[in-house]
Amino acid sequence: MAQAPAVVQPRKVPSAWSRTCASLGFWAFQYRRTWRGTVVSSILTPVLFLAAMGIGLGTLVDEGGRLGDEYLLFLAPGLLAATAMQTATFESMYPVMGAIKWVRTYHAMLATPLGVGNILGGHLLWVAFRVTTTAAIYLVVIALFGAAPSLLALLALPAATLCGMAFAAPIFAFAAGYDSPAGFAALERFVIVPMFLFSGTFFPVSQLPEALQWVAYATPLWHGVDLCRGLVQGTQELADALMHVGYLSLWVGGGVVAANYFFRRRLEATG
Amino acid sequence: MSTAESGRQLSVPLASVEAVATDSADPPLVHARGLTKRFGEFTAVDGIDVDVARGEAFGFLGPNGAGKSSTMRMIGCVSPPTEGTLRILGRDPRTEGPAIRARLGVVPQQDTLDTELSVRENLLIYGRYFGMSRAAVRDKTDELLEFVQLSDRAKDKVEPLSGGMKRRLTIARSLINDPEMLLLDEPTTGLDPQARHSLWDRLFRLKQRGVTLVLTTHYMDEAEQLCDRLVVMDKGRFAAEGSPRELIATYSTREVLELRFGADADNKVYADKLEGLVDRIEVLPDRLLLYTDDGDGSAAAVYDRGLRPVSTLVRRSTLEDVFLRLTGRTLVD
Amino acid sequence: MSATLHPDRESATLLARIVPLRGTSARRASLMVERSLMVYRRGWVIIVSGFFEPLFYLLSIGVGIGALVGSVTVDGTVLEYTAFVAPALLASSAMNGAVYDSTFNIFFKLKYAKTYDAILSTPMSPGDVAAGEICWALLRGLIYSTAFLVVMLALGLVGSPWAVLVLPAAVLIGFGFAAVGVAATTYMRGWQDFEFVQLIVLPMFLFATTFYPLSTYPSALQAVVVCTPLYHAVELIRDLTTGLVDGTLTIHVAYLAVMGLIGLRVAAGRLEKLLLT
Repeated sequence: MAQAPAVVQPRKVPSAWSRTCASLGFWAFQYRRTWRGTVVSSILTPVLFLAAMGIGLGTLVDEGGRLGDEYLLFLAPGLLAATAMQTATFESMYPVMGAIKWVRTYHAMLATPLGVGNILGGHLLWVAFRVTTTAAIYLVVIALFGAAPSLLALLALPAATLCGMAFAAPIFAFAAGYDSPAGFAALERFVIVPMFLFSGTFFPVSQLPEALQWVAYATPLWHGVDLCRGLVQGTQELADALMHVGYLSLWVGGGVVAANYFFRRRLEATG
Repeated sequence: MSTAESGRQLSVPLASVEAVATDSADPPLVHARGLTKRFGEFTAVDGIDVDVARGEAFGFLGPNGAGKSSTMRMIGCVSPPTEGTLRILGRDPRTEGPAIRARLGVVPQQDTLDTELSVRENLLIYGRYFGMSRAAVRDKTDELLEFVQLSDRAKDKVEPLSGGMKRRLTIARSLINDPEMLLLDEPTTGLDPQARHSLWDRLFRLKQRGVTLVLTTHYMDEAEQLCDRLVVMDKGRFAAEGSPRELIATYSTREVLELRFGADADNKVYADKLEGLVDRIEVLPDRLLLYTDDGDGSAAAVYDRGLRPVSTLVRRSTLEDVFLRLTGRTLVD
Repeated sequence: MSATLHPDRESATLLARIVPLRGTSARRASLMVERSLMVYRRGWVIIVSGFFEPLFYLLSIGVGIGALVGSVTVDGTVLEYTAFVAPALLASSAMNGAVYDSTFNIFFKLKYAKTYDAILSTPMSPGDVAAGEICWALLRGLIYSTAFLVVMLALGLVGSPWAVLVLPAAVLIGFGFAAVGVAATTYMRGWQDFEFVQLIVLPMFLFATTFYPLSTYPSALQAVVVCTPLYHAVELIRDLTTGLVDGTLTIHVAYLAVMGLIGLRVAAGRLEKLLLT
């Protein structure tokens, strides 16, 4: 029989950082059940794409001789950035809407000492982790294909993460602000897929009609692609790099502000 | 194989079902002998015999896992029997499933409404599955929405409806083909009391119109309300059969005296002290049930023996008591 | 009052004669299509928007990769690269649409919405459900294929009158993949199994001569590629739009038809097992 304490100690409220980590920890815990499947596809997808497009299609492109680079070297870093975008998008659409609307994970978290800021921060950190691990695998595969000639390629990893988060943060806001999953289909078809196809991943933007070139330059993906390409190939100029990082950071920052607004509106209004 | 007869039956409106009943020497709508359902090693239904006559309201009463739903699925011709004879509407479900199903209405245990469609569309497409013409389905749909009081929700999606509304819509759906027999699996489980009574009212009206009802339930009040005749089912077999009144008369006493001796009391000890006072005593974890024809008299006798229960309650016997007597367990665990 | 139940007299349709599906009738199967039309009367935007994805791919390849590659040589004939890839994209999108419709959509209805449980307590049979759902996937695919073919015509990417057969060929492709898709879906335990669908579809899309001719591969790999269903689908459509038609056309058609019929048979049997237990 344990003796009851004479004085009830006031319970310590966990710090803001540890509360955010608690939210992060939830997503990591969930991932334990599904990680096997994602590992297989995160390794196989880059291998398949680089083999089919980089080497197979590359044979045709290199025979054509119209692109200065070897096609594999051109394509690989572009795919790295595009994959960061796709992973971030995938992890930010249904999981966020589900946590608000269906599974109501966020509401469960709000019943603990976690605040909206912790919930948002923890989940964003989780997406950053997923983007980084996926990109790291991609980068290793690129190196194994002999398509990463420079040590600067190591810096492409944080660059890919930044690129991914430039999508994740605004999509968090979109998922929280827009109440129906029908919006996701439109987002994928009219935003993500066109960016994937036209933002410099598969061919230089300069081949597009002039007006469309400027549209491509405005997309965050082009900045991510150009940054990753410069770093992997070892040709990145500092001024350009700073410009890309700055532009992508704007998207991250703007996205976080918007996501914070919509999260508060959805979670605090309904309790 | 010909299903011409089923076509005739379908075109009969609800109100004139009795007319059909007279047109032949009527075989039982459900006829089962030695009906058995096994899933691998597990025997869900263990050789039951049952007949349900036209116009009857017949119930399977029993706890979860007694084999009621398996029986219902076999009667609904969506689950082939492992062994035994089964005739539904005089036909063999193994070979004439579609023709039989054309004349049945089914309310499954869990709502299987089409969440991609509106309330009204759920009925429209369901009627079409039965081969009804679009015009006939439209008329019938309006009539049924009225009947289950959902006309004002016709254009709504199914998802936001309350549990009771979804259940009523499921019942409307099961009536779209003017079925001769309606199969209801736990029709009111999970509903609040008000919704249950509203549903019972609708079912009672159907019964008055001559529709044969076959239902399962683990609520004795539901069985008492709706069933002319019922079987008590336990572990895949029938423990007893009869009308609710007969079952209570046979297996229980007129009244029951419930005694509570507090949370920490050892009810077993009290039961020994009450030995010989009444016909039968059941010891439950939280209370004692004394079966007697005179509840108040027995209560006085308890006090005479010097016992002071925390609470006493005299009530009429219910099917719960019948079940307890037959199986030694309560219905709702 | 006029409601009548037509007996199974229509069940002796062509399909039923080829694959003896127990108790399947074309009229009842068509009711599944009627249901889908009811559902998509509100969701037509989703269907329309589905057309844009292959279109974007086509434009991207035309403007971008096509300009880098120039032309390819197939069986001694020089083809503009875009004209080479466009029919392959049409075939792949026929596959993708069919696979998506027959896996994700059907899994949801099978496991979560319990839509089919309700349908089977009517005179509808599992065969009706399977055939009906596959028909719907085919109709939807036909709309996309038609739109894609129109774009190809407008961009001058169709070089032969044989192209009139592209639409029936696309329906055949859809049939092959949808039937196998439904069959596969009946074996799936949870959403995580859809990872496998992706693991089969993506490599096929990338390697089944979609982006470059078979001759690019070493001969050992060629043998593997030739075994995949998408290879036959791509070659079928490509033969028709380029006019490079020869006897292999019948092999492609036979491959896809057999695949579809086997898939349909398995799907109906499995649905019966899953739903009528």
